[in-house]
Amino acid sequence: MKIIIFVLLSTLMPAVVVADWETNMPRGVTPTSIAAYDLHMLIFYITVVIGILVFGVMLYSIIHHRKSKGYQAATFHESTKVEIIWTVIPFLILIGMAIPATKTLIMMEDTRNSEITLKVTGYQWMWKYEYLEDDIAFFSKIDKDSNKARRLNSSIDVNKVEHYLRNVDNPVVLPTNTKIRILLTASDVLHAWWVPELGGKKDAIPGYINEMWIDIKEPGIYRGQCAELCGKDHAFMPIVVKAVPKSEYHKWVSIQKDNRIATKEN
Amino acid sequence: MSANLEHAEHHQPSGIMRWITTTNHKDIGTLYLFFSLLMFFIGGLMALVIRAELFEPGLQLVVPGFFNQMTTMHALIMIFGAVMPAFVGLANWQVPLMIGAPDMALPRLNNWSFWILPFAFTMMISTLFFEGGGPAAGWTLYPPLSLQGGNSMPFVIFSIHLLGLSSILGAINIIATILNMRAPGMTLMKMPMFVWTWLITAFLLIAAMPVLAGAITMLLTDRFFGTSFFTASGGGDPVLFQHIFWFFGHPEVYILILPAFGIISTILPTFSRKPLFGYDSMVYATASIALLSFIVWAHHMFTVGMPLAGELFFMFATMLIAVPTGVKVFNWVATMWRGSMTFETPMLFSIAFIVLFTIGGLSGLMLAIVPADFQYHDTYFVVAHFHYVLVPGAIFAIIAAVYYWLPKWTGKMYDEFLGKIHFWLTTIFVNVTFFPMHFVGLAGMPRRIPDYAVQFTDFNAIASVGAFGFGFAQVLFLYILYKALKDDVTVGEKAWDGAQGLEWTLSSPPPYHSFETPPKVE
Amino acid sequence: MSGSYYIPHETKWPFLSTVALIILFVGLSNYLNDESDLTLMFTGLALLMVMIYGWFSYVIKESESGIYNAQVDMSFRWGMAWFIFSEVMFFAAFFGALYYARELSLPWLGGDGAKVSTNIVLWPQFENVWPSNGPANYGGDFIHMKAGGIPALNTLILLTSGLTVTWAHHGLKEAKRNQLILGLIATVLLGFIFVGFQAYEYMHAYSDLNLKLTTGIYGSTFYMLTGFHGFHVTLGAIMLTVILFRCINGHFTNQNHFGFEAVAWYWHFVDVVWLGLFVFVYWL
Ligand code: HEA
Ligand code: HEA
Ligand code: CUA
Ligand SMILES: [Cu+2]
Repeated sequence: MKIIIFVLLSTLMPAVVVADWETNMPRGVTPTSIAAYDLHMLIFYITVVIGILVFGVMLYSIIHHRKSKGYQAATFHESTKVEIIWTVIPFLILIGMAIPATKTLIMMEDTRNSEITLKVTGYQWMWKYEYLEDDIAFFSKIDKDSNKARRLNSSIDVNKVEHYLRNVDNPVVLPTNTKIRILLTASDVLHAWWVPELGGKKDAIPGYINEMWIDIKEPGIYRGQCAELCGKDHAFMPIVVKAVPKSEYHKWVSIQKDNRIATKEN
Repeated sequence: MSANLEHAEHHQPSGIMRWITTTNHKDIGTLYLFFSLLMFFIGGLMALVIRAELFEPGLQLVVPGFFNQMTTMHALIMIFGAVMPAFVGLANWQVPLMIGAPDMALPRLNNWSFWILPFAFTMMISTLFFEGGGPAAGWTLYPPLSLQGGNSMPFVIFSIHLLGLSSILGAINIIATILNMRAPGMTLMKMPMFVWTWLITAFLLIAAMPVLAGAITMLLTDRFFGTSFFTASGGGDPVLFQHIFWFFGHPEVYILILPAFGIISTILPTFSRKPLFGYDSMVYATASIALLSFIVWAHHMFTVGMPLAGELFFMFATMLIAVPTGVKVFNWVATMWRGSMTFETPMLFSIAFIVLFTIGGLSGLMLAIVPADFQYHDTYFVVAHFHYVLVPGAIFAIIAAVYYWLPKWTGKMYDEFLGKIHFWLTTIFVNVTFFPMHFVGLAGMPRRIPDYAVQFTDFNAIASVGAFGFGFAQVLFLYILYKALKDDVTVGEKAWDGAQGLEWTLSSPPPYHSFETPPKVE
Repeated sequence: MSGSYYIPHETKWPFLSTVALIILFVGLSNYLNDESDLTLMFTGLALLMVMIYGWFSYVIKESESGIYNAQVDMSFRWGMAWFIFSEVMFFAAFFGALYYARELSLPWLGGDGAKVSTNIVLWPQFENVWPSNGPANYGGDFIHMKAGGIPALNTLILLTSGLTVTWAHHGLKEAKRNQLILGLIATVLLGFIFVGFQAYEYMHAYSDLNLKLTTGIYGSTFYMLTGFHGFHVTLGAIMLTVILFRCINGHFTNQNHFGFEAVAWYWHFVDVVWLGLFVFVYWL
């Protein structure tokens, strides 16, 4: 019963549902994610209106034009005029969608003028991050708690594991308000690097480099995961991005460098 | 269907040999339909494994490797084993009846097309029992992951070759039948819509299946003979596979829907008691969809990092398909408009088809918007999209067709009351299963994962409940079919008072050789 | 009974052919997996040959006994035409791969076009010059296949064979048996000579040019395209041989000879594919 109520609630009134009943794309914190979200909502509303119109006409017809009400069938069966109308109008609507979509896409694909470059390499099953300008590199993989709990019949209640499957040992640290160019590649099979709140995903392809850019506007911790089937542990290679103000970021960078020198001297 | 036996020729073998050696379009149609039903249940059972594991977070039932095998096999079986053979079965039964032919044009080839299937699927499914298991790289078989497969790989690839062979031969046969066997007077533009859609589908099959064969052949040689089509260090590119695969794959999804369009265009006029609106534009729209389907393939690969111009081209071309598809939807609505409608089970399924397919089509349009697809891609939003066009799309149309033509095939009527119950259960549960997938997809749940972060729990639980409900509803379908064959509620030549077309001029069930002398059309 | 259209009543050939095919593929799969030798595969292949022989001789017998009519003939024609179209699409996949490698993937690896970073970060030393075996120099240094010499000669051979088969067809239509048989013999010979030259060329490539199937993308596309083509030529030449024997046995009339025409179509199809190969694989 509870489930039925939830179904009704959630399908009829998406607005009233609470956090765990998240029904929409996050708006995110980068220009690209926000642009994608706005476009998503625009197209969504257009399709909803189209749906309501089409289904409305059908419903009217189903209610009124039924034999049980004694309705006599008309005999008309073609009209070039209406065919033209309902070819041209959708076409115009599509042009209306294509224009903002094209603008957004051009903006997203422009990776020029970036300040720092992060190279991300997908492995079965973890990520390697390299800060090309600062010569920092490390691996990042699923945290121990999640990794234990995820085993078949681990008898650990996953609801009690903090950020189950969305936590890593070494998060990527990135500065806010900085145009960051991300170079994606992979060492073995395809992977895809995806943090919804930072905007779209791109595939990591062995032997090739793909580029994307982000510019995080708000400090925070953003979680995502690999989004291209990469074998048995595809579900278990999360991504955690820790976005911090620039000054803090520089501090972090120098600590990393010191650590590296320290380990080298050992 | 055993009712056919009394029309059988005296020299015909009986028992199992009848089915193995038959060249009769009705027998072969029946074989196809039963085979597809079996595959639908096997594929559905695998879907239930998937849904059961996804009922709650954490791994309870299967290990991830096996889960991936289930996903892969589920899709391969549903597409190549359930939907395509069902359509071919319907074509086998209906095309000769609808165009006034005695049989298919190439009956021996017809037998071959069918009998390849059970063998090929046995070979494919048996890999699940291999050490190391079956294929686990998704039905799209992307390298390099698919190259990591174990011993199952050559078996799966050869079975897909065989399925392709079967489809191509079947399509050749259907084209030859339609082009060469029409009754005198039946010009192309007088053909029933179902025949038209199959003619175009057959063309798509012949153009697309060999390309798939090429793609998987390259996989095979990359794995076993040291070629480097998909290896960067040898000058190849893993993305090359995706291009070739989707050059097949996108036409393939229209192969899975065009015959459904034909079915709906047949059923709606019957129960609206009004001719199909805009026949000519329906034909042109179908042809446009088919042609466009060859230039949109890369919309499945927006995230592979294509050059900007490529992304724009494929976005525009993809969006364009909404126009002819819209024409079809509008013509259907206009067919219903001011008709004198009744709502027997086939009609109910057809109406649900239009609504739910349109929802799936509209979400497809959202996917076509590249910047947004960067977010949607490889999430459950995509899974929701394609199940809306495939389950309440293709599967609903097949179910509607079976209800609609069962009286013709067997001379017996199904139980209308149970049919309606089947409809309502199916329609409600299909939405309970697949609608929530839009939400989890948008909220960030990737596809092809056996376990998920806890914030996705609730909608997944609902979807899983829905899937089991949907499964039960299909058990009822089986019972309805069984009951119809067992009970003796017979029908005359014309089972539905609004029905049009040559098939309704024959007895129910029709004679063994459908039209011994071709009828005259107008 | 079956009106004017001939409908065969029952047949065991398709089912048995499927069994043979399955044996063939299971045998081949096991071989590829290093689980067995090729015995099973060859068993399947042999069975398949038997089946095809049985099936076709049955059809030929039916055809010669005159039970087919013009409509059946037309069904065969549509069937063959669309089958050839499916073969065209199969080759299109491989031509597509060649195009992709030359116009997209290799330039990217070499630093042209959209994916510059690929070259800078991953393959800084790689320069894209066709023919290429990729940045890792797969299979080692090699010499590529030139268009002159054997390939040019083979073009001539195949084009000539296209003429001879047409000449034979005219002989058939004008009831000149000798011209028919001579034309066919010439075509078959030219076909097998072509295959022989291809085989020689392969041996030469393997032993002298270090050009192998494993020679990166160039080797892959070269051998897969020419290999599948050579396979089709072989099939075509075998079919032509069958037709030749049927002609010698007096089959076909000047009106009714679809079997001949089907094989001739097929022959023209392998001819056209070869022209594509000659231009895109050997020449450009
Ligand atoms: C029957 C099968 C079928 C059908 C018919 C469709 C139809 C469409 N599909 Fe779908 N699709 C699939 C099966 C199908 N698809 C499958 C299986 C996948 C996933 C494969 C995989 O990755 O495993 C997929 C994935 C897929 C993607 C890739 C998503 C991704 O992976 O990121 C995209 C992107 O563009 C897409 C788009 C479309 C579009 C635009 C249509 C259009 O044809 C829809 C047109 C219809 C309408 C638009 C509705 C009716 C029209 C009107 C009422 C007119 C007015 C409308 C407007 C003006 C907007 N599909
Ligand atoms: C025509 C094609 C088709 C059809 C009909 C279906 C039908 C169903 N599909 Fe499938 N599906 C695909 C094509 C199809 N699917 C494809 C192409 C993919 C992508 C694969 C990939 O990523 O590679 C996919 C993937 C896919 C996923 C995503 C897996 C993942 O990404 O990890 C899921 C998850 O829920 C799913 C569920 C279902 C369900 C619940 C049904 C239901 O409609 C099935 C209903 C049928 C039954 C349930 C069987 C009937 C009844 C019985 C067997 C009796 C017993 C029943 C009970 C006791 C209850 N499918
Ligand atoms: Cu890495 Cu999925
Ligand atoms: Cu598509």
